[in-house]
Amino acid sequence: MDLAVAAGETLAIVGESGCGKTMTALALMRLLPEGAEVAAGTVRLDGQDILALPERAVEDLRGSRIAMVFQEPMTALNPVMTVGAQIAEAVARHRGLGGRPAWAEAVEALRLVRMPDPAARARAYPHELSGGMRQRAVIAMALVNRPRVILADEPTTALDVTIQAQILALIGTLQAELGSAVVLITHDLGVVAETADRVIVMYAGRKVEEAAVTGLFDAPLHPYTQGLMAAVPRGRGGARLADIPGTVPPLSALPPGCAFAPRCPLAGPRCRTLRPPLTEPRPGHRVACWERGA
Amino acid sequence: MLAYTIRRLLLLVPMGAGMVVVTFGLLLLIPGDPAALMLGQEAPAEAIAALRRSLGLDDPWHLRLGRYFLALVQGDMGMSLFQSQPVATIIWGRLGATVELAVAALLLASAIGISLGVVAAMRQGSWVDTLAMLFAQLGVSMPVYWLALLLMLGFAVHLGWLPAVGRGAPMSEALWAALRGRPEMLVQSLSYLVLPAFALAMNAAAVISRLVRASMLEVLREDFVRTARAKGLRRPRVVVRHALRNALLPVLSVIGLRFGALLGGAVLTESIFAWPGLGQLTIAAISQRDLPLIQGIVLTFAIVFALVNLVVDLLYAAVDPRVRLE
Repeated sequence: MDLAVAAGETLAIVGESGCGKTMTALALMRLLPEGAEVAAGTVRLDGQDILALPERAVEDLRGSRIAMVFQEPMTALNPVMTVGAQIAEAVARHRGLGGRPAWAEAVEALRLVRMPDPAARARAYPHELSGGMRQRAVIAMALVNRPRVILADEPTTALDVTIQAQILALIGTLQAELGSAVVLITHDLGVVAETADRVIVMYAGRKVEEAAVTGLFDAPLHPYTQGLMAAVPRGRGGARLADIPGTVPPLSALPPGCAFAPRCPLAGPRCRTLRPPLTEPRPGHRVACWERGA
Repeated sequence: MLAYTIRRLLLLVPMGAGMVVVTFGLLLLIPGDPAALMLGQEAPAEAIAALRRSLGLDDPWHLRLGRYFLALVQGDMGMSLFQSQPVATIIWGRLGATVELAVAALLLASAIGISLGVVAAMRQGSWVDTLAMLFAQLGVSMPVYWLALLLMLGFAVHLGWLPAVGRGAPMSEALWAALRGRPEMLVQSLSYLVLPAFALAMNAAAVISRLVRASMLEVLREDFVRTARAKGLRRPRVVVRHALRNALLPVLSVIGLRFGALLGGAVLTESIFAWPGLGQLTIAAISQRDLPLIQGIVLTFAIVFALVNLVVDLLYAAVDPRVRLE
């Protein structure tokens, strides 16, 4: 898995549940749960390898230069602390501000994410806020120290459709204001089309396709990407949605060749024995497929 | 919050009435005639009958219960059969010592239990964890009186560091003296308090440490702990401010309930260390069959327990904003 994102750019990572999107993001933050670790590789932030740093140095980066917006705003906030205190904590930690100025920054961050009545909401506990407001608070927490990179892990999955659109627009606006790079993790192709500059499609822990968003939607190369797009409802009614037969194999029991081969309509004998390399059949458009690659 | 507190306090009245009925009923069931006990084995039957009449023991039970209630409302728990003093006075003179011992034990148990539980959870599966849980197993299975005797033997008899029995000046007086620049009294009071408090605390400490460990392990896996780490917070702050504060919520109510067991343990501990509290008094009252005194003590224990749990409930609401006191 390799990915690069530039300042001001939005990179989307797409894939089914369980294909390793969240794990990839956590690995970037060095927050993998116990039992999981990065076997090999580097994570560079402005040229500095995060994986090689001692834990205390990584703690200095987390929440200040690289921040994460989590998937479940219901559980991602501490239930016994006010949201203001939780945001102010991040300010105090990285900018050495005292109680009052840190609190003022927290209220300012809530204003930035368009929280209605931010001064009052800062004193609220998470259970007193709606789902959309909680997600705004989570985003405010991630943005408050103006990070260079924002990892947004399915930031809208837990929200109503109308709120989803607002939150996505908000992330886009804030990105423009702050000039941060955004890595957006999602399984929703609609979200990708609206917000991303570039897209990485993941399958079973690996990158199978990478392209600019227009290139990918106009001419997807990998059979898995094509399957994903066929599975998006287009509102024309009547026709049954196409699906991809089978399920993602568990990462502990991957087939020897292409991981998608068992579900792939194009799979030949080579696909079942040899893993396809990532090739670049069109400029800026890469794919890992024996049938579609260069 | 205030309205809730008042309502809870008012609820203590019917609860207390229930306790009175239960203790009264229990004593009705106990065999033995108080009048015969008071006069001794040699007393003539007419004298016993006369005393029964004058004590009102021949009246039907509901009449006696009613009289007891009326007296209680006026703060009168009756006269002790063997010490010529009102029961209320005797209990009042002893209550301070027991409360002191129980509170000291509760604080000690919380401090030991919480720190052991947190350390064990942080180092799950390591030798620290194993050692802590071994300690907890020991603490749960070792009877109070056995531990008390061992402590006394070790620290008082062999090492001679601490006094074996008795009590120093009441803690309130000792603290007051220390505040005014005379700490000797406090040191002395503490030296008497340490062993009984420790013996009494051990069992609760063991229960609390296991609970804290389990609760911490659960909370450490919560999303908000990951959020806290993603903010770049240092590990001690993540553990204490975010994990522990949440992990202690379920532990808090258990600490309140353990207080009941603590009062029971105090009866044994006080007898062994000659601690002049209610527990010691209980044993004396039971062996003498001083029925009014037993009744008064049991009722006092019940009220103290109810009050402690009220405090725990209020504390719970103060710590967990999700609890609405309506």
